[in-house]
Amino acid sequence: MSESVETSALTPLPGTTGQTGTVVRSTVLKRLFKNPLGILSMIILLTMGLLAAFADVLAPFEENFANISKTLAAPDSVNILGTDSSGRDVWSRLLFGAQLTLLSALLCAAVAIVIGLPAGLIAGYYAGKFEAMSNWVVSILMSLPGLIVLLTVRAAFGPSVWIAMLFLGILLSPSYFRLTRSAVQSVRNELYVDAARVSGLSDLSIITRHIFSVVRAPIIIQTAAIAGVAIAIQSGLEFLGLGDPSKASWGVMLSEGFKNVYLTPSLLFWPAFAMALTIGALVLLGNAIRDALEDQEKIKHRRKKAHEAEDAASASAAKAASKTVAAVEAGTEHHLVKVTNLGVGYPQADGSVKKVVDDVSFHVDRGEILGIVGESGSGKSQTAFSILGLLPDTARIVGGAIQFDGNYTVAPGEDNVSQERLSKLRGKRISYIPQEPMSNLDPAFTIGYQLVTPMVRVLGISKSEATKRAMKLLSDVGIVNPDRTFKAYPHEVSGGMAQRVLIAGAISCEPDLIIADEPTTALDVTVQADVLDLIRDLQRRLGVGVILVTHNFGVVADLCDRVVVMQNGRLVEEGPVRDILREPEERYTQTLLASMLEGKEPMSMLVPSSAKENVL
Amino acid sequence: MITFILKRLGSGIVVLFAVSILVFSLLYVSSGSIARNIVGDQATPEQVALKETELGLDQPILTRYLDWVVNALQGDLGASWFTSEPVADALATRIPVTMTMVVAAMLLISIIATLIGVAAAVKRGWVDRTVQVGAIIGDSIPGFVIGIILVTILAIQMGLFPATSTISPGAGADAWVLSLTLPVIALLINGVTGGAQQIRSAVIKQLERDYVRTLRSRGIQEREILFKHVLRSAAPAGLTVLSLQLIGMLGGVVIIEQIFALPGMGPLAVAATGQSDQPVVMGVVMYTVAVVIFVNLIVDLLNGWLNPKVRAS
Repeated sequence: MSESVETSALTPLPGTTGQTGTVVRSTVLKRLFKNPLGILSMIILLTMGLLAAFADVLAPFEENFANISKTLAAPDSVNILGTDSSGRDVWSRLLFGAQLTLLSALLCAAVAIVIGLPAGLIAGYYAGKFEAMSNWVVSILMSLPGLIVLLTVRAAFGPSVWIAMLFLGILLSPSYFRLTRSAVQSVRNELYVDAARVSGLSDLSIITRHIFSVVRAPIIIQTAAIAGVAIAIQSGLEFLGLGDPSKASWGVMLSEGFKNVYLTPSLLFWPAFAMALTIGALVLLGNAIRDALEDQEKIKHRRKKAHEAEDAASASAAKAASKTVAAVEAGTEHHLVKVTNLGVGYPQADGSVKKVVDDVSFHVDRGEILGIVGESGSGKSQTAFSILGLLPDTARIVGGAIQFDGNYTVAPGEDNVSQERLSKLRGKRISYIPQEPMSNLDPAFTIGYQLVTPMVRVLGISKSEATKRAMKLLSDVGIVNPDRTFKAYPHEVSGGMAQRVLIAGAISCEPDLIIADEPTTALDVTVQADVLDLIRDLQRRLGVGVILVTHNFGVVADLCDRVVVMQNGRLVEEGPVRDILREPEERYTQTLLASMLEGKEPMSMLVPSSAKENVL
Repeated sequence: MITFILKRLGSGIVVLFAVSILVFSLLYVSSGSIARNIVGDQATPEQVALKETELGLDQPILTRYLDWVVNALQGDLGASWFTSEPVADALATRIPVTMTMVVAAMLLISIIATLIGVAAAVKRGWVDRTVQVGAIIGDSIPGFVIGIILVTILAIQMGLFPATSTISPGAGADAWVLSLTLPVIALLINGVTGGAQQIRSAVIKQLERDYVRTLRSRGIQEREILFKHVLRSAAPAGLTVLSLQLIGMLGGVVIIEQIFALPGMGPLAVAATGQSDQPVVMGVVMYTVAVVIFVNLIVDLLNGWLNPKVRAS
């Protein structure tokens, strides 16, 4: 399956912009037909449907025709699957049973859709009282055990399978309701719906045009699941003897077989097999559609990235011609970090390796701040994470080496960061300040706990000692009321405060190297300056080395001693900050510098020469 | 905390009332011919009318409902129209059997599904693929069909377990264990395969969260991250899955009890349903819904304990 994903990734999709609905559908269908399990499930369901539809023609006997002289007979040429205890033909009853079972599943799903879908659309689109009320109804419906309710319905209305399925449909409608509501909510505020509104389309056509195309596939998945549930519950009711005895159904056949289990256990097999086959096909179909949808997402993502990697590959190919991969030079032990010809890649399903970092070399000394600058996708974060040993599981080191304090964490020829070596360094000697403060604190634990535990584990000090230190750290990073912050949960503090907490965590075990990944990007402008001041302060006071990953030359100019510029996974330029800012040699650096907003004349766009002067 | 519990209990009582009104009105539909069914075809119209007066069927629905509520609040759920056995007594003798199975199955599901789900999320590879295939198979075979298969093969053909329950009022623990083993297995297989799948994706989702990377960067060992942080954050999703499974199981157990001829609530409910025995049906439904409300309350409390953000609101 992954192979088919790869090949289709290479063929461009027509009209990927605009009309997303139809494009998504056709490619999902295409992918569905390439999935063997998807095809298998569709064939099974289609066969079942045809057998059920033409049961009257195909069945050799009436569903209740009983040959009393031939009960519990073994299969022969007349009764190809044998007969039951009343001498009825098993094959015929299986066919009529399929008819009843499939129709009841369809009815149940249809009722659930007819109720759940419009309710979800209205609740999601208009919100307000209707949503509050329907949420209440949904929570009640979801806490009712289906079979018990159906027993009540049976007691009230008698043994009609259709009434039972009507009620089951009502009971199951919340799943469509919730699905549609959340899809609508996520789409509601998106730009294209606003645009449609401005262009004068009525609410109704907005809903049908845009939102329906979004929920279509999930609804099919849901329907497959619900049809399976309906078949199981309907058969269960029939098995209990609460169905209409004059109708053949798989549940009744199971019950009949179970009554004769000592004489002819094989009677159980066929209805159980038919049921498992049908529900199984529904489950597989649902999974196959889900896979197709997920692949869709992945490919969109991948195509974008593949583009970047291609550029990087062609650019590095030119460089590689003049450069041979050198062994780590002697006499570099004094560098705190030395990265040599580093390459990071992700193996693809087709055996190729997608490089995201290629032939990157630089070093950081103690007490020095090195900036790594580049746009998103330039490989700067991947480089930083290789030093930390926190690359995703699928990443591979495809070249080069990393030294920390004179020892290899990635030796030449190794394809992985040695976790054994790095787990001794991480937290203790190398620490990390993340980009997004809120998502980097565990919401379930207090800030105090998250500061104290690493100190206890890494430094081996007592809890009370660590608590004392944590308080000191919190006031060191400029938190006015450390006591309160210590006891607070992450959701109780502001983003700026959370970032200060993370910085406190990063310096808590007195590291030699701090890797800060866009430490100010997610913060308010006013807080950004404070946090940068804090990092500079701490760096001077503690004399640590810092690697600052950023896309912002302003931050680099403010803090860094030296800077590395990266683009498409490779190193473009390296040097002292003043030199690079004054006289960027590479075009890319010039463009990056020019795109800075600070001190720009209004309306002057991307003019490198004036930008340079304004920056300094 | 106390106000939270009281609030949830309050809304639970509202739900209970809403359901009782709904079910009562539903059953009213079928009560037209019920007196005739009870006294039999041979009875004279006078006898039928007498029975109707005896059961209060000649009263308007509102009066009948209010009578039922007033009695129910005093613990009197009425008596079966057909057997005259008090509903509360009938439930009291049957609930232990049913709930023993349900509680045992749920406990086992929680443990096994969590272990398998976490293993699949962390190890990936063949463990993961096995869990995925298991989930498909589990989803494909309804629990009661699994019950039928188990009883046919293990009890009837191999004779390892009794095919029908040996539980009786005086039966010892061994009778309970032997009689309930297969039913519990039948109840839990769907739960384990489905639950493991859900817990797997919840754990994978948490493992990809930013804070996990930051914890790693702080020098916290992988085991501590998994068991202390990731499992805790994945737990609410797991709890929701488990509570939905329990709600489903309260229905599924009815069929399982029928298959294994267990003296639980199932046969009582099925018999009452077939006869439209209103007091018994009401009793079974109200008891089941009360269990669900109680379980949902427990789940909410656990979620609050697990997630400080929920606790605050």
